[in-house]
Amino acid sequence: MEVFIHIFTDYTLRNVVLGAALLGVIGGVLGAFAMLRRQSLLGEVLAHAALPGIALAFILTGVKLPLVLLLGGGLAGWLASLLVLAVLRNTRLPEDSALGVMLSSFFGFGIVLLTFIQHREDADQAGLDRFIFGQASAIVTSDVLNFIVLGSIALLLVGLLYKEFKLVTFDPDYATSLGLPVRSLGTLLTSLTVLAVMVGLQTVGVVLMAAMLIAPAAAARQWTDRLAAMLWLSAGFGALAGLSGALISASRENLPTGPLIILSVSVILLVSLFLAPLRGLVWDWVRSRQNRRRVHLERLLLDAHVLHNHDVLTLETLALRRRESLALTRQHLEELRARGWVQPSKEGFALTPVGDQKSHELEQAMRVGLPTKHP
Amino acid sequence: MNVDLVIILTAILVSTASALVGTFLVLRRMALMSDAISHAVFPGIVLAFWLTSGDRASLPMLLGAATAGLATVTLVEWLSRTGKVRNDAAIGIVFPALFSLGVLAVSLYYRDVHLDMDAVLYGEIAFAPFETTTLWGREIPESWVVLGLLTLLNLGFILLFYKELKLSTFDPGLAAALGFAPGVLHYALMSLVSFTAVGAFQSVGAILIVAFLIIPPATAYLLTQRLPIMIGLAVGVGIVSSLAGYGLAIWLDASIAGMMATVAGLCFALAFLFSPLEGLLTSRVRRQRQRLEVAARLLLAHLAHHDRPVPEQEILAEFGWNPRFLRQAREKALQAGWLEVFGEGLRPTSRGLAIRQTTSVLGK
Repeated sequence: MEVFIHIFTDYTLRNVVLGAALLGVIGGVLGAFAMLRRQSLLGEVLAHAALPGIALAFILTGVKLPLVLLLGGGLAGWLASLLVLAVLRNTRLPEDSALGVMLSSFFGFGIVLLTFIQHREDADQAGLDRFIFGQASAIVTSDVLNFIVLGSIALLLVGLLYKEFKLVTFDPDYATSLGLPVRSLGTLLTSLTVLAVMVGLQTVGVVLMAAMLIAPAAAARQWTDRLAAMLWLSAGFGALAGLSGALISASRENLPTGPLIILSVSVILLVSLFLAPLRGLVWDWVRSRQNRRRVHLERLLLDAHVLHNHDVLTLETLALRRRESLALTRQHLEELRARGWVQPSKEGFALTPVGDQKSHELEQAMRVGLPTKHP
Repeated sequence: MNVDLVIILTAILVSTASALVGTFLVLRRMALMSDAISHAVFPGIVLAFWLTSGDRASLPMLLGAATAGLATVTLVEWLSRTGKVRNDAAIGIVFPALFSLGVLAVSLYYRDVHLDMDAVLYGEIAFAPFETTTLWGREIPESWVVLGLLTLLNLGFILLFYKELKLSTFDPGLAAALGFAPGVLHYALMSLVSFTAVGAFQSVGAILIVAFLIIPPATAYLLTQRLPIMIGLAVGVGIVSSLAGYGLAIWLDASIAGMMATVAGLCFALAFLFSPLEGLLTSRVRRQRQRLEVAARLLLAHLAHHDRPVPEQEILAEFGWNPRFLRQAREKALQAGWLEVFGEGLRPTSRGLAIRQTTSVLGK
């Protein structure tokens, strides 16, 4: 509770929480598009490729203004994404390898530049490597204002071009046939993702940025099949993760914010994966259990039906027909009795009128291949 | 012992071991799995550190990290097999979560222990000469032993299972049908990638391992279409970038591992531009040459229909070419000796006529 009061009174905490929540919203919305366009790992590449851009921006300008550094990082990330496209269009190299090559060579070059700056004696480089692991606690009001500007640009464009982005994402061929500039719209979406990464670099850092784009979107995907709902949910999940990560890290000393945000969003994703209605894994398991049970009962009833009509239905004949032990068959007969489908008779067992009716329906359904009604 | 020699040989061993298994990662479209594994190595090491209560011995670390790598592979595969998340998204979800756990554990419990984040990034290849071990009475660098064994392990695996690897890489369906157990092979390969990532961790850091695993094989992929040559080229590119990277890093006083990754990236760029197979510039030049050749043959065929020299204007009007292209095509035909200058215009030579008899662009 104390933490919540601090949000409004504590200057640092307010900035951190705001920054993290903003990152969640922007990353959530653009990550949803990236995921649907099957470019989930684009964020990973953009983030890693930003490092040399940040270092170069510092070397060239000599200032450590976050906006300048992030601008350099954004440009480098953008360049890397264009290079990936160039490689994919001109060679047969698989996409994942192209991404891996750009990611690691840009990052390697970034490390070179960072160490190069470190070893120059005249420069005070402290603070550049905070972009690698992020340093949310260093977020100040001007950073939050930057985030708001960057985020507003990105979200405003998504809002304005929502229809076009939707079409390009789901049916690029149709979009082309309508005369939409599909390639430019794709590049625009990538550029907006660059904005999201720029916001994320300061908060969660290069290494963990990928999850901020993927996890909220993947979680939102479990809850809905509609794009608009997915975007809202994704933004909401992202914001929730940012918020809770920042708050948890403020609750104790020595708790790094970035990793906690990532862990929060991972928990949200896990819950969604297992428990989301319709698509949740738990419901999948329940459904397949129920199906197995239903099929088992139906087979059992049909076996009893065949014996009832063409032979005698006793414990022994059923066991023989089903090739199972007497004990198991006794149990199975008990199940059928419990449902009121068979009853004891003088020869052994007989189908009740209900059971007869039911098995007749099943037989008909199997003959015409109709789905059977639930028992 | 010579410091340069220790570092260079260590780097060569890292790049060789990585290129050997990396080739199959690239071919099996699992390049980014190495990214996930290399990140997961870090929490693995933290875990081993915790289990052995602070001992920095190599073996528990290797085992812990390799376990974490395999756990990542299993988790990613489980996630993508549920059908709820695509494979690449699964990768991007699993490793940040694991890496976060590692960072969290370090900042909670091991703040003052030597598990610093710089090592995760750059590795400590510059310290390789100081960590030595005694083998057969001689003092040699520990990295040589670890990485040498790793290289031998990878090499032995590829030599022993070359046929199986090749088959299951290029035709997994057939491999499964023939009973080659692609699943077992897959996990064996992933274990080797994990081992390699762990072994290389101390030298080049968690993130730059990806550069050693992916860039040399990807470069080789652009240069050849044959598997043995690709493996050889990948190892070669790895060694070249190790050597050049080390030299440049010393010269510029920058991170050795980072520079090696940068040079590898440059090698890739060169292959992308100049590969004889499908380099950007080579194929552009080839296309241009083919266009000119077709044009020259067209010109030849056209002139052969006329018994008098044809003026330039008429050709331009006939084909709709621009004057510069005509000049180039004519130059090409003259060079090939298909046409000769005759008075005001051109006429086919006997050689040109002979060529026209055998092959005709007009389909006659």
